[in-house]
Amino acid sequence: MEQFDLVIEAGKGERQYWKDIFRYRELFYFLAWRDILVRYKQTVIGLAWALIRPFVTMVVLSVVFGSFAKMPSGGVPYPLLVYAGMLPWQFFSTALTESSASLVGNANVITKIYFPRLVIPTSAVVVSFIDFLISFLIYIGLMIWYKFLPPLAILFLPVFALLSFSAAIGAGLWFAALTVKYRDFRYIVPFIVQFGIYVSPVGFSSSIVPQKYQLLYMMNPLVGIIDAFRWSLLGTISFPAQSFALSVVMVTLLLGTGILYFRKTERGFADII
Amino acid sequence: MADTAISVEHLAKRYMITAQHGERGRYVALRDVMASGARRLANRVIHPRRASAQGGSRGMQEFWALDDVSFNIVQGERLGIIGNNGAGKSTLLKVLSRITEPTRGIIRLRGRIASLLEVGTGFHPELTGRENIFLNGAILGMGKQEIRRKFDEIVSFAEVEQFLDTPVKRYSSGMYVRLAFAVAAHLEPEILIVDEVLAVGDAQFQKKCLGKMEEVGRGGRTVLFVSHNMNAIEQLCDTCMLLRKGRLVRHSHDVRGIVKEYLFGEEDGQKPTLWENSGDKFENPYFKPDRLFLCNEEGEQLPNPIRNDEDIFLQVDGTVTKPHSSLALQYTVFCDDGTLLYHSSTIDSAENALANVKQGRVSVRSRIPRRFLNEGDYRIDLTVFLHKVQFITQYGVNAPSVFLSIQGGLTDSSLWSSKRAGLVAPMIPWETIEHEPAVLRSSASATL
Repeated sequence: MEQFDLVIEAGKGERQYWKDIFRYRELFYFLAWRDILVRYKQTVIGLAWALIRPFVTMVVLSVVFGSFAKMPSGGVPYPLLVYAGMLPWQFFSTALTESSASLVGNANVITKIYFPRLVIPTSAVVVSFIDFLISFLIYIGLMIWYKFLPPLAILFLPVFALLSFSAAIGAGLWFAALTVKYRDFRYIVPFIVQFGIYVSPVGFSSSIVPQKYQLLYMMNPLVGIIDAFRWSLLGTISFPAQSFALSVVMVTLLLGTGILYFRKTERGFADII
Repeated sequence: MADTAISVEHLAKRYMITAQHGERGRYVALRDVMASGARRLANRVIHPRRASAQGGSRGMQEFWALDDVSFNIVQGERLGIIGNNGAGKSTLLKVLSRITEPTRGIIRLRGRIASLLEVGTGFHPELTGRENIFLNGAILGMGKQEIRRKFDEIVSFAEVEQFLDTPVKRYSSGMYVRLAFAVAAHLEPEILIVDEVLAVGDAQFQKKCLGKMEEVGRGGRTVLFVSHNMNAIEQLCDTCMLLRKGRLVRHSHDVRGIVKEYLFGEEDGQKPTLWENSGDKFENPYFKPDRLFLCNEEGEQLPNPIRNDEDIFLQVDGTVTKPHSSLALQYTVFCDDGTLLYHSSTIDSAENALANVKQGRVSVRSRIPRRFLNEGDYRIDLTVFLHKVQFITQYGVNAPSVFLSIQGGLTDSSLWSSKRAGLVAPMIPWETIEHEPAVLRSSASATL
């Protein structure tokens, strides 16, 4: 009996997939590289946009929540407080928006070439992550400006960055697959993002949430992530063990179910896209 | 015995077509799903007995693009896949390329597969040629190192050295297509699948494409090639497969035979010598062809097969709606392998048959030379056009056509008994020239 390299059968297809992801690993890089290159080539301020946007958002939020609403900041310059919460949020929201649209946006490739489709929304998240790194550079600049020394806990930051990366991928896979199936999902996504910024501790700190709503509030995985960011960058609060633990659980669920749902619907992408 | 490269058993692919009314089209909107879900729920509450009969119908219909296809392809085989549009060729390639999943059946593959279903997949217009080579190569499955290694070869094959750093949106369509094919051509897979890419590009490009594919084939790799260009199929492929309505009709080494069956094998087998306009085809402001047929001098339609020594006329009946000085008619004769034998047009000679034609019904005819064509089957396309302005019907694309089968009558001589080779079999007289016998003898002695 001859040995065959690949067997394609209706309803089956799992084994090869993860091997393929490894084989096509360079594609993660290439697709992200393409999106970034295109962004720079299309705008005059392309490179600057990556810097301007987080900076302006930070200013606005500081003014609104800090100067107008006079929310307590726990002894830290308000802009830093806002920015520390905004870093992960900005990353998550752009990652979610970009990855939801990524599959439909790459329809031409999906119908003509084979490669593991997981690469597409993931590379959209990678692009947002690069924006995140640039924003982080600005934050470092801010810290220098305010002569603020971060706590030792900042060494844990990569862990939290990884957690928010996973959250973004989990949610991104869900939304990307759903957008292919129900094309009007792309109208729901900006609404979710808008809503999210009010229920996540971006413009305020978690301490102001009333006790009786704390558990419900912490179901939002971004809460644990943003609080953890604040803890490691600012040191104003003790380690948010409860919300962080809940966050880890939610993110794991999100990522796991996201991958499963994506894999299940992936087979039909080329037919319905 | 050579190894099997591709083994396909009982492959089937079904698409669900929604016969949906309204603007939405192919995809599903969440809004609709929720609305129809709510409607169904409401129905169940209001009419509990009727609800079960509704079902989930939104007008879904099954369409089997592939129906129980099975075949084996040996390593190194160069297979041509032909068939009408909608026969299932592209679907077959998509399933083999893992772009879409089969509904039934098993496919077994040995070796790396590379598919070229469209030229320039993944090209981004804002990126330069250089950047697109890397991008496209990566999408097709090459690693960065591999692309770097082959970079110079790719560029020289595409002949775009000077334009490497300009954005691809500024390329001419020829350059674009050459570059796209150049990247794909350097893939080095064990199995190469190519879908009608020859349809784009000029003749020089097509020649280059074919040459490269031949090279790939000679290198021992398996090539699957879908095309409507029968010449290309015959040139490149050593086996051929004919698909019709999702079924595998023929698969063998008899490439010519299968091509002939595709071109001429209509379901009823009768080859019509008459074409009639079913009513509103080819509507245009100038000339509408009503009938095209083969006939004798009296205008009576001739049935196939026709003897070569008979008078054959091609007659066109049509209606001139608006006279135009450039209006012309042309017929084109194709051999059964798709070779274009010759054209003949009303504007070939200075006396244009349509020169003074007025509005209204008109009939034009031309004699097909007696004792000229060889025995065999031919297709004759009618091109109606405005010279140097536009085509109204175009040969090979959308032209009305009739079929001509020549059998017998090639010669009066009893010594010429079987069909001879050659596209044409003209009866041309020979004559002896009178001269002195002495001259003949001296030349003979010279050769001794």
